[in-house]
Amino acid sequence: MSTEPASAPEVRPARLTMQGISKSFGGVAALREVDFVLREGEIHGLVGENGAGKSTLMKIIAGVHPQYQGRMTIDGQEVQFRSARDALAAGIGMVHQELSIVSDLSVAENVYLGKQPTRRGIVDWRAMFEGAREQLASLGIDVDPRVRMGSLAIGLQQLIELARVLFSGARIVILDEPTSALSPPEVHRLFEVLRAVRAAGCSIVFISHFLDDVLAVSDTVTVFRNGQRVATEPATGIDKSWVIQRMIGRGHEDLEESYTGDVTLDSKPEAPVVLAVRGLAAGRAFDDVSFDVRAGEVLGVYGFMGSGQIELGRAMFGKLRPSAGTLSMAEKPLRLRNTADACRAGLAFVPESRRSMLFYREPVYKNESISVLGRIARLWLKPAVERDIARRHAEALSIRPASVETLLQSLSGGNQQKVALAKWLTWPPKVLVLNEPTRGMDVGAKEDVVRIVRGLRDKGIGIVVVSTEPETVLSMADRIVVMKKGRIVREFAGETVSKDRLLEAA
Amino acid sequence: MAMSSGVRAGAQTGSRLGSFVRSQMRNIAPFVTLIVLLVFFGIASPSFATMDNAANILTQVSVAGIIAVGLTFVILCAEIDLSVASVANATGIVVAYFTLQESYVNIANVPLPGIVAIALALVACIFLGLVNAVGMTVVGIPSFIMTLAMMQIGAGICALLVRGQIAYAVPPFIATLGAGSIEGIPWIIIVLVVFLALGHVVLTYTRFGRYVYMVGGNREAAEYSGVNVKLVLSAVMVISALCSGVAGMLGVAHFGSAQQNEFDGYLLDAIAAVVVGGTSLFGGRGGIGNTIIGLLILGVLNNGLDHVEIDSFLKILIRGLILLGALIINVYVQAVRENERAAGG
Repeated sequence: MSTEPASAPEVRPARLTMQGISKSFGGVAALREVDFVLREGEIHGLVGENGAGKSTLMKIIAGVHPQYQGRMTIDGQEVQFRSARDALAAGIGMVHQELSIVSDLSVAENVYLGKQPTRRGIVDWRAMFEGAREQLASLGIDVDPRVRMGSLAIGLQQLIELARVLFSGARIVILDEPTSALSPPEVHRLFEVLRAVRAAGCSIVFISHFLDDVLAVSDTVTVFRNGQRVATEPATGIDKSWVIQRMIGRGHEDLEESYTGDVTLDSKPEAPVVLAVRGLAAGRAFDDVSFDVRAGEVLGVYGFMGSGQIELGRAMFGKLRPSAGTLSMAEKPLRLRNTADACRAGLAFVPESRRSMLFYREPVYKNESISVLGRIARLWLKPAVERDIARRHAEALSIRPASVETLLQSLSGGNQQKVALAKWLTWPPKVLVLNEPTRGMDVGAKEDVVRIVRGLRDKGIGIVVVSTEPETVLSMADRIVVMKKGRIVREFAGETVSKDRLLEAA
Repeated sequence: MAMSSGVRAGAQTGSRLGSFVRSQMRNIAPFVTLIVLLVFFGIASPSFATMDNAANILTQVSVAGIIAVGLTFVILCAEIDLSVASVANATGIVVAYFTLQESYVNIANVPLPGIVAIALALVACIFLGLVNAVGMTVVGIPSFIMTLAMMQIGAGICALLVRGQIAYAVPPFIATLGAGSIEGIPWIIIVLVVFLALGHVVLTYTRFGRYVYMVGGNREAAEYSGVNVKLVLSAVMVISALCSGVAGMLGVAHFGSAQQNEFDGYLLDAIAAVVVGGTSLFGGRGGIGNTIIGLLILGVLNNGLDHVEIDSFLKILIRGLILLGALIINVYVQAVRENERAAGG
């Protein structure tokens, strides 16, 4: 199943080896008997779906998870990290997707964060600026160390964080989704820098969903699936479809995942357009996004984490103000100053996190009535009507426990998600936008949500399902648009689509 | 067998009672505090537990009480209004400024009919509340800072209008409500009761009141449910300023003078009444019922300490310690709830 890069012309010595690593969280195995070798001066790409185990493995290397089974050695010495500090001292650095820069300090201060050079107890600014300039120049980064970090583009900020990690003595650098927020020229520059770092003898782990990027920069690629390493190959001999096949693992282990096969999209191109999105843009999040939402059709919006689709969902509900473009319903442009405007226009939205949709210390009926209170009560509340509506929803969606007086916090996650959906069902909206509707749910609850969404669609509501999980989009959508780095790159309509084609497009 | 099941049932009742006590801690703790204080002062001083003194206590808390009604709305939204005492002072001075003063009062005032003076004073306090609202919701200044600035602005308006002098006359209607009484009951107590009742009805039985609780409980969720959060916040700031303004006018009549820094102690009193009563500083929990208990605790404490032999300087410290105790309970109760939620309870 696993093959060492046997045909490589020169096998470099191993810097980091991991043998038989297993790790479970509360009885659920995240990693099972994983072997992993990272060599000196190597860029090692790590790919796999969400939850395949790659971040767990990296967190073990970085000392975040001190409890695990198996052995880890660095340069032949067995190590056992108790904390992230231990790992750092052993020369392991990490650059996260969310950068940990201080945007109000200068570039030099960021490079020297926590270890400024001092002379008699006073910060030696000149030495710091000089040192930072040299350090950055050695990586081919030409930037004035005096400028404020926050004034630089994301790509540069990331390179400076990388420089800091290297400067703190790291010989193994783990990069988590480094290209998700970068433009193509920035990606190109990052790769140049990574190659320079490799030439200096450092080892790099490159974790990414962007398979093109992984294949372009890596020497070796390792694929994870369901907590196991399924393949390790030199990057020169493989291509994208080879990787996708191993990531998804057609056929065998994934029988419980019912959406790995082909799905025929039931698009309805003649259905009337209820919401037209034209040239919508918002800062760095997304740009020039145009699509139609049709009555009685589920539009899936798929993209990797950070592709801008989450922000797109918010912008469609007046939570985020777009910087350009228009939303229009029935030929009339919408001006959404706030979420109340969106609500009045007949839009509804369920955000990606239940926490930001629900009132945990309030009873179920108050959670459901809040979004329709304006319709059932002008001045005086009508608690009897509120309870009545909530009871009907509890029955229709089989929410447990059925009592609408139950405090929301004592419901299970799946039932909470149903309450979040139920908020919008009393007066069905024209358009319902769902951000990550099945995140973190078990199979049964997911199926309930799929059924509810289909039921709403059949009532003629235009539905937008936004997700980073291909299964979610495939299980609900009648038409799919794929977003990549803030833009729509592909539309699937009325054709047969499968998970690998979706991944291929993103 | 029968015995063991009986024991089990008993334990369950016990834990149910325990969880009830824990969930109602916010309401129980202030109530118990009030009872303890009443019993203590009743025993310690024979002059404390009399009808006359009960009316005294209510009169003494009335100005702070009217302010506290508005502040309850603000704190339920998880915001704060530090400008209440300052707005009260400014409104009281505005109403006096537009009333004919005795010739020996050296203020360049503009005498107007009483009804006009009252209307102008109300417009003034509503305007100050609107400035708070705009600063918070349009500019985006945190309420703590915005109302701190408003506190200084209110003080500035007072200083400019009276220029270090003292005014005495207010419109007769205000004089009656602030200092008069009917059938032996001071009008100011009646006004307090009306405001408390109105506040309770609005918070409990109207759509707006529900929005106040929901915005305080989870602002993001309220926004995602289509509630116009900024409008709700603006409204509570105006309500707070309006209550302060009414309290300020009646206070000027009650004290018999309008001057600078007259209401300085009322900021602490009003916040203390709301928080000691058990309304959560994190928003969404509590209400006028809590504020009533908080007011009574404050009133009984201030009044009772006068009835027992105690160093008058020590009184200030004791008040501070009581407030600290209430804050500890307030934050602790919140922490218990958070833990329960984290534990999936």
